Amino acid sequence: MAVAPRTPPKKRDWSWRSQAFRGLVYQILAVAVIGGAVWFLAHNTVENMRVRGIKSGFDFLFQPAGFDIGEPLFGYDSNNPYWKAFLVGVGNTLRVAIIGIILTTILGTLIGVGRFSRNGLVRGLCYAYVELFRNIPVLLQLLMWYLLFTELLPDISEAKQVGSVFLSKGGLTYPAPVWVSGHAWMFAGLIAALVAVWFYRRWAHRQFEATGKQPGTFWGSLAMVLLLTLGGWFIGGSPTEMRVPVKGEFAVEGGASFTPEFLAVLFGLTLYTAAFVAEVVRSGIASVPRGQSEAAQAIGLSRGQEMQKVLLPQALRVIIPPMTNQYLNLTKNSSLAVAIGYPDVVSISNTALNQTGRAVECIAIIMLVYLTTSLSTSFFMNWYNAKSAIKER
Amino acid sequence: MAETIIFQSKPARPAPNRTEGLLPWIKLNLFGTWQSALSTVIIGALLVLYVPQFLNWAIFTSTTSTNADACRAAGVGACWGAVVEKYRLIIFGRYPFDEQWRPLVATLIMLTMLVVSCIRYFWSKWLVLGWTVTLAAYFILMYGSLFGYLDVFGLSKVTTDRWGGLPLTIMLSTLSIMLAFPLAVVVALGRRSHLPAIRSLCTVYVELIRGVPLISVLFMASFMFPLFMPQGVTIDTLLRVLVGITLFAAAYMAEVVRGGLQSLPKGQTEAAASIGLSYWQTQRKIILPQALATVIPGIMNNFISIFKDTSLVTIVSLYELTGSHGLAFNSDADWRPFKLEGYLFIVAIYFVFCFAMSRYSLWIEAQVNKSKLR
Repeated sequence: MAVAPRTPPKKRDWSWRSQAFRGLVYQILAVAVIGGAVWFLAHNTVENMRVRGIKSGFDFLFQPAGFDIGEPLFGYDSNNPYWKAFLVGVGNTLRVAIIGIILTTILGTLIGVGRFSRNGLVRGLCYAYVELFRNIPVLLQLLMWYLLFTELLPDISEAKQVGSVFLSKGGLTYPAPVWVSGHAWMFAGLIAALVAVWFYRRWAHRQFEATGKQPGTFWGSLAMVLLLTLGGWFIGGSPTEMRVPVKGEFAVEGGASFTPEFLAVLFGLTLYTAAFVAEVVRSGIASVPRGQSEAAQAIGLSRGQEMQKVLLPQALRVIIPPMTNQYLNLTKNSSLAVAIGYPDVVSISNTALNQTGRAVECIAIIMLVYLTTSLSTSFFMNWYNAKSAIKER
Repeated sequence: MAETIIFQSKPARPAPNRTEGLLPWIKLNLFGTWQSALSTVIIGALLVLYVPQFLNWAIFTSTTSTNADACRAAGVGACWGAVVEKYRLIIFGRYPFDEQWRPLVATLIMLTMLVVSCIRYFWSKWLVLGWTVTLAAYFILMYGSLFGYLDVFGLSKVTTDRWGGLPLTIMLSTLSIMLAFPLAVVVALGRRSHLPAIRSLCTVYVELIRGVPLISVLFMASFMFPLFMPQGVTIDTLLRVLVGITLFAAAYMAEVVRGGLQSLPKGQTEAAASIGLSYWQTQRKIILPQALATVIPGIMNNFISIFKDTSLVTIVSLYELTGSHGLAFNSDADWRPFKLEGYLFIVAIYFVFCFAMSRYSLWIEAQVNKSKLR
């Protein structure tokens, strides 16, 4: 006897036995509890601020800040409003984070690959580096670099000199070109070259798809970049003027410089994160089965082609997600700059907080800045990750 | 049958190269190819150049004299006297000098308990009792009483603002991990829940905390918590910071636990449902025991990073190990030039703890994976 399939009841079941109803109740309870807690805290905060006479609101952003910043990225003085001070802070955070990310990627990759070296000494050193640097708190490392750059280096008057680069308690001073409009032509040339290289490589790839012959693109690309950049430089009137630092009686004058605070933050973050990046790279390479490398050799790929077309694309899939985390960690750890007085966004907020007493607003600004950077980085990396993921059906 | 063939043995092949022992290892690993030989020579030269210099500074010309002038004399290397002079301040912070046996005993008890908890033989429900006793003993020893009661021991009261150094570092990291764990499990389950409101609440919490640096959470604990509380209620700074670190650690740990939950095949949940287990029975009896076993190494890594991150509380003026180093050296003109030796001392402490924990994490990973071997 065939049993007629029971149709599920369309009507919402309002009894406790219904899973859907219980779920609804749980959700309402959870939202109510969290909402109640938030309301309680917010209510207390407003009440406390009223009693203590603390003003609230973001209007203070338009008042003059009244403090100087050690290394403004752009024109800033103490008469400028707070929002400009915060902007300088964000700029400084991004500056140290971006340079740090580039350096840590290079160093970490070298050390991670070094763990596979045929040379035992290189392997041992890379292992020792990783274990040493990742087992010491990053704050302690920052403080130690700061000590090195501000107290153990020679005075400015006895600065160490390599060519025109000076290193002393005053920071690192190096020659820099004087910016003239001619340089804009050079950059335009560079950008044009990059676009041209992109098209050239696409053409080469099409050629490969059509004929099976792989035209070498390296020298062609290099020539394009060099020629167009140099061409732009000539059109711009070939500017060669440099600001070369000179050692004076008491100071190193001229040139561009990095402050000891910036160097301490950069060194501390880069060396600490490089240890983690090295581990990420090592595990990524280790995750590609040995047979892949052997197969690549069997079909006659060169060592470079093997790395570029077989090993790296597979290793990158494993490497990218944890690498994103390391980049985000580096950016978030740059907030420790407050401990040594590098004017990043946390340090500026801290000063503003002490001056105006607007704790909620200043902390909200810090969190907002980091949330924006974190979320946008992870969106970008998720996009890149999706691009490099295995394409399945 | 003209000729008789006389058997002549071929000459023996040469013995294969030895592949074991010191010399073959050196030949293979240090001078295998010309690039390898070149790097060996360069690195070796650098080592020969700098290692003796360092050893000279750190050991041969160093002094342990507690006289600052002896350290300033020409030709003297590292001044370990600075550490000898300051080690009690560095390790115990501002805790009253005569009472420092109390944090010492409290920390030793806690360390013993930590080591015991790491040994598989002791993994049972007795650990919970052990930890309760340990924490009670810790607070009685450190504070002088437990929440103002139980001052039968006749210990003088030491308020939390005088706690510092290593006891604080160890207590903050241990306690915040212990408190974060249940929260992390709940949040991880919540992120995989079928109920959209609960799922989004948990997701927002995790992403929010993971998106901001610990220092901003600590600033919040130190500047905003007092505003959060009703009129007249004040909370101890140490407690506020502990809450901050716990909330921070829980978000990271929740992601680790979620990884463990995701690694279980769906069949486990379905099988549990088919024998009629409820949601919580399924989680408690089937899912969590398997998931948590796989994430123990991950949680261990959480513990290591929280242990390192406690150094940040010095920015909100709690004097744990890093902070008490500043306390010892920053305001003392005599010993200030020998800050580096002090740093190396606490670096050694941090390194020993973190390295031991990371080795343990590797060992436990091998232990956990044993069940998966066939």
